[in-house]
Amino acid sequence: MMVSSVITLMLAVPVAGAMLVALLPRDNPRMIKLVGLGLALATLAVSCLLWFGFDAANPLMQFEEKLPWIAGIDVSYHVGVDGIALLLVLLTTFLFPLALLASWQSIQKELKGYVALMLLLEAGTLGVFVSLDMVLFYVFWEFMLVPMYFIIGIWGGPERVYAATKFFLYTMAGSLLMLVAIIWLGYYASTLNGGRFTADFLKLYDIAPTIPLTIQMWMFLAFAVSFAIKVPLFPLHTWLPDAHVQAPTAGSVILAGVLLKMGTFGLVRFCLPLFPSAALVFMPYIAALAVIGIVYGALVSMVQPDLKKLVAYSSVSHMGFIVLGIFAMNEEGLQGSVLQMVNHGLSTGALFLLVGMIYDRRHTRLIKEFGGIARVMPVYATFFMIVMLSSAGLPGLNGFVGEFLILLGAFKSAVLGTPAFAIVGASGVILAAVYLLWSYQQVFFGKVERPENAALKDLSLREWIVLVPVLVFIVWIGWHPATFLNTSAAASKQVIHRIEEARKGNLPGKAQAVQQQSGTPEAAR
Amino acid sequence: MAYELIAVAVILPLFGFILNGLVGSRINNERFSGIAGCVTVGISFTIALAAFFDMLASPPEGRAHFVHLFRWITAGSFSADIGFQIDQLSILMMLIVTGVGFVIHVYSIGYMHGDPGFWRFFAYLNLFIFAMLNLILADNFLLMFLGWEGVGLCSYLLIGFWYDRKFEKGTTADAAKKAFIVNRIGDFGFLIGMFLLVITFGTLNFQSVFSQASAFAVGTPVFLWISLSLFLGATGKSAQIPLFVWLPDAMAGPTPVSALIHAATMVTAGVYMVARCAVLFALAPPAMTVVAVIGALTALFAATIGLVQNDIKKVLAYSTISQLGYMFLAMGVGAFSAGIFHVMTHAFFKALLFLGAGAVIHTMHDEQNIQSMGGLSAPMPITSKTFLVATLAIAGIPPLSGFVSKDEILWRAFDSGHAVLWVMGLVGAVLTALYMMRLYTLTFSGAPRWEHGKHPHEAPWSMTIPLIVLAILACVGGIAGWPSSLGGNNAIEQWLDPVFNHALIKLAASHEGGGGSEYLLMALSVAVAASGVYIARRLYLGRNELPLDLSRRFSRLYALLLNKYYVDEVYDAVVVTPVVKGSETLLWKGIDTGVIDWCINTGARLVGVLGASLRLIQTGVARSYVLVFVVGVLAVISWLLLH
Repeated sequence: MMVSSVITLMLAVPVAGAMLVALLPRDNPRMIKLVGLGLALATLAVSCLLWFGFDAANPLMQFEEKLPWIAGIDVSYHVGVDGIALLLVLLTTFLFPLALLASWQSIQKELKGYVALMLLLEAGTLGVFVSLDMVLFYVFWEFMLVPMYFIIGIWGGPERVYAATKFFLYTMAGSLLMLVAIIWLGYYASTLNGGRFTADFLKLYDIAPTIPLTIQMWMFLAFAVSFAIKVPLFPLHTWLPDAHVQAPTAGSVILAGVLLKMGTFGLVRFCLPLFPSAALVFMPYIAALAVIGIVYGALVSMVQPDLKKLVAYSSVSHMGFIVLGIFAMNEEGLQGSVLQMVNHGLSTGALFLLVGMIYDRRHTRLIKEFGGIARVMPVYATFFMIVMLSSAGLPGLNGFVGEFLILLGAFKSAVLGTPAFAIVGASGVILAAVYLLWSYQQVFFGKVERPENAALKDLSLREWIVLVPVLVFIVWIGWHPATFLNTSAAASKQVIHRIEEARKGNLPGKAQAVQQQSGTPEAAR
Repeated sequence: MAYELIAVAVILPLFGFILNGLVGSRINNERFSGIAGCVTVGISFTIALAAFFDMLASPPEGRAHFVHLFRWITAGSFSADIGFQIDQLSILMMLIVTGVGFVIHVYSIGYMHGDPGFWRFFAYLNLFIFAMLNLILADNFLLMFLGWEGVGLCSYLLIGFWYDRKFEKGTTADAAKKAFIVNRIGDFGFLIGMFLLVITFGTLNFQSVFSQASAFAVGTPVFLWISLSLFLGATGKSAQIPLFVWLPDAMAGPTPVSALIHAATMVTAGVYMVARCAVLFALAPPAMTVVAVIGALTALFAATIGLVQNDIKKVLAYSTISQLGYMFLAMGVGAFSAGIFHVMTHAFFKALLFLGAGAVIHTMHDEQNIQSMGGLSAPMPITSKTFLVATLAIAGIPPLSGFVSKDEILWRAFDSGHAVLWVMGLVGAVLTALYMMRLYTLTFSGAPRWEHGKHPHEAPWSMTIPLIVLAILACVGGIAGWPSSLGGNNAIEQWLDPVFNHALIKLAASHEGGGGSEYLLMALSVAVAASGVYIARRLYLGRNELPLDLSRRFSRLYALLLNKYYVDEVYDAVVVTPVVKGSETLLWKGIDTGVIDWCINTGARLVGVLGASLRLIQTGVARSYVLVFVVGVLAVISWLLLH
């Protein structure tokens, strides 16, 4: 009973937490922060129950819960995780406490609202990763926009309203397409579901691939555009630099660390398995956009005068790698992409944390305002160096493992059919070194030339506590990625198997995944 | 012997790095940092020696050992391990790296004395040894790549060690960044090579790849691509044309770093990699030719630049590039063991040259211009004598080590039928003798040209003992590969033979040296070296006017050489500037802001305009609704009436 409702508990803690925070007295900021942090840590603890109870050998959904929601049609509160979702859930619960801790001092106004919104944001993003019902997924997907909109719009920089609106509208435009597709898909499937509309992912998992190709293609497109905006895939990325630059540090960390992953997660969870034949049709175009994004993002990143914008554009490049790996459509590529989602969350999340730390001190992020910081803040410089190298894909740190597998997958991909994608993509590895080393050098090396930089304090204990956990995982994944690759291996294999079936032309009859879905909901009650 | 100890030998320097990073940084004690740094590498060297003697005592076929630690990466059908391969080739490299590395660690105690970053220096140096040992002991390409990038990182950190000092047109940090990025271009090739290996063989494990490869016929197309991709990696790490530009700038680092990383060990990694993959290259004869030609070209090209440089470390840097060229020439003509032999002897005499240069720079208060030196042999007897030994060794004067290994390469180049390459090598040898003797003479001989107030003195024992050790090795190192034509048995070739066996079978190369022409060629190269040394001595001792005269008469050529053929400037104009400017104006301000965002914002504005006009029908003012209503009713009535 307890074990079977872990996911609900995990969603309930931050929601209840947000309410609790709202009830706290306004004049005690310390208590608000501590309660918020405590609840985020409690959520992390609950998610660890998932990690320890998870059976990595089992490719099916685990910890499933299903409660009827809308009577008469197949729309239910249906949640569960496979290995891929589990990794992203853990990434989310891991990053939220750090993000809260990072904004310990920088958020002064409306603290209560801020902490409550962060907790709601956490619940929303977790909901996206665990939903096994399309309507539920859509609700979480839209729901999470609201707290993020306010976090950027209230606690952001000078251009925050423009950035928040742009972010909101961009995403909204995509998700409306997705809503249409969800409804269309549900009605289409009703003919095979006893005339009932269905939004149940596990039922659609069997039904959707049998939809005629032309209709599949429209549905795929509607989903894919929505996800591509979130990723963001070139050329739909221009909301990202603005949102990042204006968002407060914690907002950027969550935006880059978790929110972007919702796009790539959506591609893996829905686009490929539900519409495998359509995915094969669109594959070359998406892979091409991914590769363009890799090179383009890196080149634009290279010429940014603002440190935060530089990291934002580097995300466009890194997320391009992840999309490329997904559309390599083999296990190497997909596993690399799943791991790289975690890696990007850690490395880019940490980069935003680090940029935030220097911004807190100097209230500027312009690269030319710095120089010689390594002399003044040696510990900070060391942390920055390690994270930068992880982002640049240095072997022995996390980024390399993901990038290598993605490029290997793309190189040998039978679906892509040419190593050209991988070769062009691999040039992104050179460019990553260029923009990262370039900016690092200008910020940290040379002489201290501005008097305001000479007296900067090195990292505080709180900042150490924020960074060390990230660094542990950066090294851990670099040397022993098996811990995480094993978790998602079975689920990735299942996705690839689905694609293989579609390529061979034998669309799946009764896939295994659906068989165990009935039964558990009753147990959950 | 328990070969698992090799893993300990690899991890110890990492331990030293962590110790210095965590503890050394706190207590900031030179004695602690120095001992922690040296002892870890010293133990690694001892383990390497023990393994070497154990292998020496075993029959040749039982000399290779494998130590598997754990599974590193698995995904789909791909997997890679953390595991080590200890065979004749890797143990030899390990001895060089830990042996020369240990000597240079000891030297650094004296050299870095008083530097505020003392602990940091030893931490980086230890990290380098760790990465380098992974590179050479790896039993698969991926772990080798980890070491490969790891040494690149350490090189980056150490070149920029004094990150706020000026260096030429920029800072040392510019030089460090350049090294890393140029190496990354090479690494791109390495990566592509690995992908090709995986799709061809399904694995990156050396043993499996090489044994599968030996079943292929010579000329199978994929091997050309594999070899060329890997060789691109090698040109980066080992500073060959076209990616050599980072190495001269790498001299911005402290001199022990130049000795260890940018002369003796790391830069030979490319040679080692080609040697390791000998069988892959042997299957692609055009790739072999490319390697040989690039090697010979680089050897000659860098030597000409070395002729006119005035910075003591710059001369040595171009000399290193040139000598690395000889090693690749050896690889390209199938003389793999000769190339590795030259790696070894070069490690001795080039490390010695750099350490000697370091002693000079140290005592001259960071003066590096040889035109302001001279006459240093009197105050620095040990440094100058050991420097002379190294100079004669690299110049190829028998019976010093450099003579033996370089002569072997030249002879093999000739013997393989590449007469042109042999001529290039021979010309390079004259130039080597010339610029090295010029360097020695201008630095140590003649009248002093340094300013008053400088009081050069001999370096402390921690620096001179390493010089003496290396000088002995530079003298006698040639014994290891003494050719049969001179009554030796070329022990190193026999030692390495099992490693290169497959490759040599593919090349169907004759192992037999000797014959009348070998003596003739040997005599020729000795004559060439000796005349080079003699000419340089005559030209530069006692301020002969001829060099100045020549530089005036051929001022164009002189400027070309002095400015290193303007390669940096060309790269800047052709690659760097267009990419940066293009990214800024075309991509960022053009496409991103100008096109995409313009479309988005215009779209939003259009919606706004549309909304504003549609708002007029939703005013909420009853009178206007009545007006519209009346107009509508009238319109309907009139329409009905007209029809």
